[in-house]
This record gives sequence, C-alpha cells and structure tokens, in this order.
Amino acid sequence: MSNNPNPLSGHKYMNALRKLVDKVKPNFEKGGKLEKFHSVFDGFETFLFVPNTTAKSGTHIHDAVDSKRTMIVVVLALVPALLFGMYNVGYQHFLALGQSVGFWEMFIFGALAVLPLIVVSYAVGLGIEFIVAQIKGHEIQEGFLVSGFLIPLIVPVDTPLWMVAVATAFAVIFAKEVFGGTGMNVFNVALVTRAFLFFAYPTFMSGDVVWVRTGTTFGLGAGSVVDGYSGATALGQVATATTQNAQLVDIIGNPIGFIDGFLGLIPGSVGETSTLAILIGAVILLITGVASWKTMFSVFAGGALMAWVFNVAGPDTAAAHFPWYNHLVFGGFAFGAVFMATDPVTSSRTETGKWIYGALIGAMAIIIRVLNPGYPEGMMLAILLMNIFAPLIDYYVVDANIKRRLKRAKTN
Amino acid sequence: MAQLIKTKRGLDIQIGGKAENQLSGMKISEVVAVIPDHYHGITPKVVVKEGDAVKAGTPLFYNKAVDSMNFVSPVSGKVLAVNRGERRKVLSITIQRDEKTAYEEFSPKAVSQLSGDEIKSLLLKSGLWVYVKQRPYDVIANPAQAPKAVFVSAFDSAPLAPDYEFVVAPEMKEFQAGIDALAKMAGVKVNLGVKAGNTIFSSVQNAEITIFDGPHPAGNVGVQINKINPVNKGEVVWTVNAEDVLFIGRLFTKGQVDLVRTMAVTGPEVVKPQYVQSLAGSAVAPLIKGNVTMGVEHRIISGNVLTGLQIAANGYIDPYATQISVIKEGKDNHEMFGWALPRFNKFSASRLYASSLLQKLFGKKEFEYDARLLGGERAIIMSGEYDKVLPMDVLPEFLFKAMITGNIDKMEALGAYEIAPEDVALCEFVCTSKLPLQKIVRNALDNMRKELE
Repeated sequence: MSNNPNPLSGHKYMNALRKLVDKVKPNFEKGGKLEKFHSVFDGFETFLFVPNTTAKSGTHIHDAVDSKRTMIVVVLALVPALLFGMYNVGYQHFLALGQSVGFWEMFIFGALAVLPLIVVSYAVGLGIEFIVAQIKGHEIQEGFLVSGFLIPLIVPVDTPLWMVAVATAFAVIFAKEVFGGTGMNVFNVALVTRAFLFFAYPTFMSGDVVWVRTGTTFGLGAGSVVDGYSGATALGQVATATTQNAQLVDIIGNPIGFIDGFLGLIPGSVGETSTLAILIGAVILLITGVASWKTMFSVFAGGALMAWVFNVAGPDTAAAHFPWYNHLVFGGFAFGAVFMATDPVTSSRTETGKWIYGALIGAMAIIIRVLNPGYPEGMMLAILLMNIFAPLIDYYVVDANIKRRLKRAKTN
Repeated sequence: MAQLIKTKRGLDIQIGGKAENQLSGMKISEVVAVIPDHYHGITPKVVVKEGDAVKAGTPLFYNKAVDSMNFVSPVSGKVLAVNRGERRKVLSITIQRDEKTAYEEFSPKAVSQLSGDEIKSLLLKSGLWVYVKQRPYDVIANPAQAPKAVFVSAFDSAPLAPDYEFVVAPEMKEFQAGIDALAKMAGVKVNLGVKAGNTIFSSVQNAEITIFDGPHPAGNVGVQINKINPVNKGEVVWTVNAEDVLFIGRLFTKGQVDLVRTMAVTGPEVVKPQYVQSLAGSAVAPLIKGNVTMGVEHRIISGNVLTGLQIAANGYIDPYATQISVIKEGKDNHEMFGWALPRFNKFSASRLYASSLLQKLFGKKEFEYDARLLGGERAIIMSGEYDKVLPMDVLPEFLFKAMITGNIDKMEALGAYEIAPEDVALCEFVCTSKLPLQKIVRNALDNMRKELE
C-alpha cells in the first residue's frame, strides 16, 4: 500500500510480523490448540494492529477514536505525576538521611522504589483481567491500563508489595469484574484499592512511617535518618496540631507553605504531592477532551468554597483554619479532582449532573478533612461516596427531561 | 418571514467524492428487482407470478396487515421470478424491463378536484403510499391513523448527500402538486424544512416553511420535528422525503407512477462523482460501471455512508435511496500501533487525534475512510459523546440504555417516539465503544411497536 500514511504499515518488519500473527492465529481460534488463550491473543493482536473488523450494520464509516486511544491518553497524562513522584521519593529519602546527592541519583533511587509497585499492580490486575476475559469470551478491556497506573501513584511508597497485590486483586474482582467489567463498575477501581489498604491495614497505612522511604532500595541509599526527622504529611500535621494555626514543616523541620504544596517536594503518596505535575496532566486531559472540565472545575470550586466557609465560620481547630488555598494543594485533593473524579464510568454522566457531582466531591472532601479527626485525608472517601450518589444525581437530571416531555404532551 | 432555527450540535463529516451538479443520462438495468425487505415492517402477499406482464404501477404484492397498501412495479416488462427463501419468505421479485416503459393509467385529476380520502386511496393503490412514513417507529405510515402534522425536509445534510435544490429544481410544478396532495390528504399544513440560503423551496405554497441552519443532522426530518412540533405519546407525524414528493406530484400531474429519480453517485472510490437518472429497483452496476477505482475491495452503499444499506456489486438500489456511495472495504488494512500514532489522515471528532484541529485551523478536508470499525466493541465508557451530535431535546445515552435493556416504559418516557435510526447515525459514528446504535434503535422500535400496537 504505497499511499498508506502509517509509516509502519508496509514496512518489511511489519509485514513479517503480520505474517507471523496470521500464521499463529488459527491456533487461537475456536477448535485450535491454544483456544484457551484466545482473549490474550486477541489482546496482543489488537495491541499490534488496529482490528480490521468492518461494519456489519448501520454506519459504514467510523471515527478513529477507540477505547485504547482514550486510555492511553489518560496514562500519558499521568506520566508527569509519576516522573515527579519518582524524583520526590528519592528527594525525600536523601533529605531524611541528610545526604546531598545529584538529581539522577535521587531519581534513580525513586524510580527503583516505585517500579515494583507498578509491576505488581499491572501483573495482578491484568492477570485477573485476562482470565476473566477468557472465561467470559470477551475481548480484553483497556480500563485497567489506567487503574493499574493510578494505583502506584496513590499509595505511600513504603506500602508492602504483597498488600498492593491483595488490594489490587480485591478491587479488580469485587469492584469491577463482578459488576461486568470496564464500563459497568460503580466504584473507581483504583480508589477501592486504596480504600482496601486503608481499612484492612489501618495501623500500617496511617501515621508517619510509610510516606518516606528511609530504608534502602535494592541496596541503594543506605544511611540513617537525621535527628528531628518526622515523616508526617502536611495533612497529618494539621490533624494532630494542638494550636489553631499550625505551622507546617517538612520532614526535617523546615517550615513549608502553599508553594511547597504546589510544587510537591513534600512527603505523601507517590504521585499526589505535586499539584504542578498534576495540572500538566489536567491540561492534557482537557485539551484532548477525555476528562470533563465541568467535573474538574467544580471539584476545585466546591472544595475551595467549603474550605473558605470553615476558615470563616468553622470550629476552633487547626483543620478548620487551614487556609482554603492550602487545602487544594496538599494531600490528594488535586490528584483526585483531576484523575479520579473525572473517571467517566463512575461519575455523573449528564452534563448538569457533572457540576453537582464535582462540587459535592470537593465540599465533602473538605468536610471529612476538617470534621473527622480520624481521617486527615478526605478525598478518597469523598469520591467513593459520590460514586454511589452519581446515579442518583443523574436520575434527577434525566427525570427533569422526562417531566419536560410529559408537560409538552399535556400542553399540546 | 419564515422562522429560522439554528442548531449547533452535530457534525459535518468531510469525505471525498461529492457529486458535481451535472447529469449524465439515464442508467437503468435490464432487470430490476423489488425487494420486500426494503420496506420495513410489512408482510408481503404476492399477487403476480412468473411470466406475468406488468406495467409501471402494476401491483406486485400488498401488505398483509393493510391490504389496500400496494407495492408496485417501477417498470413495465415481464416478471422473471418470485424468489423465495427459507419458510417461503419472499426475497425479491425480478422483472425483465421493456425497452419502452408502459404505464398504468391513474386518473390525472388535479389535487384541487379530489378529496383527501380520494388522494389517500389513490396513493395506496398506486404504491406511492410507501413513501409516506411515520413517527413513531419510522415505518410506512398507518393510513388509518390521522397525523397531527406532515414534515418534509427540503435538504439532506448527510455526507455527500444529493443537493435537493439541483435535483428538484426542474420539477417544481410536480413538487408543489405533491405538497398540495399531502396537505389535503392529511388535512394539516405541511411543514417544510428549508436550508438557510436556499431559494427555490422558499416560494413553495401551502406549506409552513422553517429555515434550518446547522451541521448534520439538521436536515434530518426527526430533528426538525423535535424543534417544531415534537411527537408525544399517542401522536403521529407523517414524513416524506423531498425527492419522493416528486413521485406523488407526478401521479397528479401525469396520472402515472413514474419512479425515475436523479441519484448522486458519490464517495471517495468513485472516479467522477456525478448525478445520474435511475430508478428504485435498478441494479447498481450500470450506475457505477467504469466509474470506480481499480484494485481495491469496494463497499457499495445504497444511500449515504451513515445510514445506507450495504449492497453487493450485483445488488439493487433500495426504493428510499437518493444516492449511491462507494468506499473502501479496508479489510486488508492492518494498521500497526494505530492507537499510539498521530494518524493525521484519520478523522476523529474527538480531540484525541489532531484531525479535528487540523480541520479547524487549516481547513484540512481529505481524510481516509473505509468500512473498518477502527476499534473493538466495548461497554459505554465515555459520557457526553452522543449529546454533541444529536441536536434534539433527548438524552441519547439514557435512551440507548433503556433500549438495550428493553425497558419500554423508560423508552417511552425518554423520547423513543421521536427518534429514528438515522437520527443516531452520528452517535454511532463518534462512539468510542463502537456500539451498533442504529441497530439497537431499530430493534427497540420494532419491539415497542409489537408490544404497543
């Protein structure tokens, strides 16, 4: 095909690969030797080549968009947060040890610490996905490409890998597959993983010890922490503060403020610390139109408003007087707003509903942070809670459309 | 002054092969076929047999449910065969065409001299009733039920659609007669949806003219009904395609069933896209012979690329088609890593590819199309996609879900009476999850009709 614009099509390696795929394909079809792996084969084939299935009914031409493209763009949008998270893991580690090392040393330390989380999350989740697809005779769905990438970003770096594995398996099976797979789930799969960790291993997952890796990673970065080290996150400090206006500090006791929260060189879950990196992802999601700007904007607006209300008229606690703008940059607020609240499957699906859904998430997250001393971070619970209410919000929006139609029939 | 309605939501798909405004003669095959399946929702009772001589306008079969509803031969000649399939289902009736067409004579009385009921029975008898469709259900209208309105869209906004101004202009007298007949028969004014900037249709009498300005599907009669006089439960609206109004008009000006129509031969695989005169029921072959690209597998579509019927190279044109589209089948195209590459030549209404930006900024129009789905079928994931291309006060995603689950009460409440498969064709085009939405709507409407009638 000389006029084909795809630079890879028609290339000799591509042709050889296509021939190979065509040659082994019969083995995976019904009645073939490897029929059991049909879904897996199909997954790989469609990964390599755009499926050549043609329209059987209805529209003869189709838009080039598909769920692979959509998911891969979300993964791309998560990359800035991941890369910064890797760097930050190294940065916090060497800060805790009081050693000053170069950029690459920090980054490599962090990358090695984070990679196993990614590998475990994908291996467990995709493994289950492959098995279920085969049992149900489905194609492999791409949803977990995103969930599997989100999970390592929203857990503390020192979370044991076996816990990540158990939590991922729980979430994929009980939050997704039992509902019917990608597109049918009620709860955000990555958040269910996080919630499982939080509630199943509470002594381990809260407190001050998991946010900064003080030990070694594959033998790198040995040393002992400096005097005065504390691994508490900003929100952890706020929750335990005894005075109304708590001064936030970093892990070695230097004061920090809004700008540190925005840039993200602070302890926290791997990918959640840098609001800047998250906003780069947000720009990608909004330019490509994958995420709804309505949801994203209204989460921030609802959170800011609620936090401001507490600032002005809240109880006499440090959390209530934590400035509203700080609420937006510390903890998982920005990450949740950009990557979790906008998950189209679990959010409101009507345009009006998106405003309400987003605003309630923002407000609810702040309410949990301020009024519940047991949970310094409210974002995860707020989104999971609103996942339940999203269909209810839609119900009322749809009902308004139905009523309008009924009224129209009567007036005629 | 006619009312102007602007619609924003929708999409004009840029695809190569628009017909030039020139006519290249009459092209009708020697053998024509009338295929009962082309008339959705009827059961045929055949009244001719092999060897019978027929004229243009002679009944071939009637509808078992409404026996006054005839389906007639478009040509004069000899019945070659009544082809039957499993369980004696009538697949097609083929007719060897005479050199010179002889017509059944229907009294050529002017519309003004006939009553509404006389017009109706004349249309039923002459087989032209099949061109009067109804909402709800998008089927041939039930003659026993009076409509609250009649809608005719005077433009087709679908990709590469024929320019009705060009097609109808030579026969404005017939068009007017057709409108008059519809108005008299229905006892209500005919709503005529005219494209902004169009001149010839704005002088049509006996019709309520509304001007529409917007991207496809603004020309769909369903959208126009929704904007002007939406269909509620228990109500019926009749719709007639503007080109088919000519058939009705000719019956009253000439007294004959003359089904010759000017068809657009279009599509990226047509060498010289143009208009030809042909006939419902003609084989498609003479229309495209020598005028399509060589060396690729074609998909021939009777109709447009969004709603048309796929037909074989030796297939026949369906009675409602106003154009033929030819595109690549594309089965031999194995694009490597398509999901990761920029794919500048592939169109996407979403911003996940650069194409819609290129189109906006540089007016890029040439995109490659073939019949591939370009992805695997999934559950609905993205939200709000459908709303962007359906300018109706309907929540499409929720309606589709009600249809998929077969919840008739919900379908009713969410606007199923207003919708036809063609209205959701763009939803199907943009769908990330590649769902066969037109089929879902068609099946749901059939199911609903069966349950409620």
